[in-house]
Amino acid sequence: MSRAVPLLAAMLALWSPGAAGQERRIPAGELKSGIAFASPEVRAMQADDFSNPGMLWVEKGARLWSTPAGGAGRSCADCHGDARSSMKGAATRYPAIDRASGELLNLEGRIRQCRSERQGAAAPRHESEELLALTAYIAHQSRGMPIEVDVDGAARPHFEAGRELYYRRIGQVNLACANCHEQNWGRTLLSETISQGHPNAYPIYRIEWQTLGSIERRLRGCLSAVRAVILPYGAPEYRDLELFLAWRAKGLPVESPGVRR
Amino acid sequence: MSARIRVVPAPAKRGEVVEVSILIQHDMETGYRRDDEGRVIPRDCINLLTCRYNGVEVFRADLSSGISANPYLQFYTVAVASGELEFSWIDDLSVQGAARAGIAVSE
Amino acid sequence: MNQPGRRRFVAGLAGAIALVSRAARAQTDQLDPMVWVFTRGVPVQKGRVKLELPLLADNGNSVPLTVTVDSPMSATDYVKSIHLFSEKNPVRDMARFYLGPRGGRAKVVTRVRLAGTQTVTAIAALSDGSFWWDSAHVQVTLSACMDES
Repeated sequence: MSRAVPLLAAMLALWSPGAAGQERRIPAGELKSGIAFASPEVRAMQADDFSNPGMLWVEKGARLWSTPAGGAGRSCADCHGDARSSMKGAATRYPAIDRASGELLNLEGRIRQCRSERQGAAAPRHESEELLALTAYIAHQSRGMPIEVDVDGAARPHFEAGRELYYRRIGQVNLACANCHEQNWGRTLLSETISQGHPNAYPIYRIEWQTLGSIERRLRGCLSAVRAVILPYGAPEYRDLELFLAWRAKGLPVESPGVRR
Repeated sequence: MSARIRVVPAPAKRGEVVEVSILIQHDMETGYRRDDEGRVIPRDCINLLTCRYNGVEVFRADLSSGISANPYLQFYTVAVASGELEFSWIDDLSVQGAARAGIAVSE
Repeated sequence: MNQPGRRRFVAGLAGAIALVSRAARAQTDQLDPMVWVFTRGVPVQKGRVKLELPLLADNGNSVPLTVTVDSPMSATDYVKSIHLFSEKNPVRDMARFYLGPRGGRAKVVTRVRLAGTQTVTAIAALSDGSFWWDSAHVQVTLSACMDES
């Protein structure tokens, strides 16, 4: 027993993220966007703004931005003006704590909140054309800018919850996110090269989906892959995890709309 | 249906070969997929696409489920005069789509 | 060799083997109903057409394809149409592109769906009544139409 305890402590120290330290397992200098692991064909699709299918949604989002919505007949532009300046950098700071409600919101959540609380319109459904288009348009305004989420203050408990989730083994396959994306990134799993699992390109045009999709959709895909219970859209676990993922990716430039396989 | 058209180079010199590209938002549903409840999602693909340059057909395509979702097509045409490229298409549910782009041709 | 490099080497090797065996079977292509419908028995010659597809496609839902035909595209000598057909897709007739003397260049770029590893063939019909073909073999990891998500 006396020998097991220090051994156990050593194992836990190696495994646990550490209470005080905010050291990222993948240091800033080694961060790689998912596009670095993609085939030349996928890279070419993302690089060409004209033929990147995600841009179809960005254009749609631009139209929706100026279209009045809800009881007051206000468009996003009526409050926020030209998105190209007002939304510049916005996506780099999400998920973030909403000062009014204290809730952790991601970009989709903020859009839904604006629609329902400030425009008097129905909050667009998850994965709806409207929500995807607006999210893509807004995220696109931050393209090239580094992610810089804040995990202090009121965001702290969400960050901790997200981190705990990231390292927790789940599902019938009993895998944690870290097992693939931290311990084995760069290695091949069947025919795919495992990426570091960063959220910097969302929403993405995923060839497998044949359409644009949100980070929540992608996380659900992972849950399905490890045969875990797939939490419903909007579950707080997704947002906590998204916050942790964003912290993990701090410094990586936004690529939205990304193209992935 | 959203669509984007690109003409390169713009403007073009008369007689120059220009590259025309179109990207259309369309699921090109194959008819082999099932929804969450196991029901087959019916086939719906753009089956015919035409491009007219100042009213004259310069490109036509018969498409099928073998063309990817959000179809991308790139072809070439000789810049004969300034004017308009008009694309029109129809899918298996008889929904029609159209998109236009100007073409600028200098002497 | 790094991981992506090794994959491409293996894919290239498999593709080369497939291409050689495909060429050997070229004689029988005339009887393929996909070919017959287009050519009505007129012999199809290898050449002038270049069909480009990646050796390896991660996902068969979207595979970039370029088909080029060596043709002056003049008023009297041009490509009338290009027919793309698949070996394994549930719908083998993938697309037909109709060009003409105003085309300028006989080149079409698109993205196709491939239901599994297979050979794709392009046949061009020229204004003089001749037919020319080329084919390309693609290793497809995740099949369109078959693998659902």
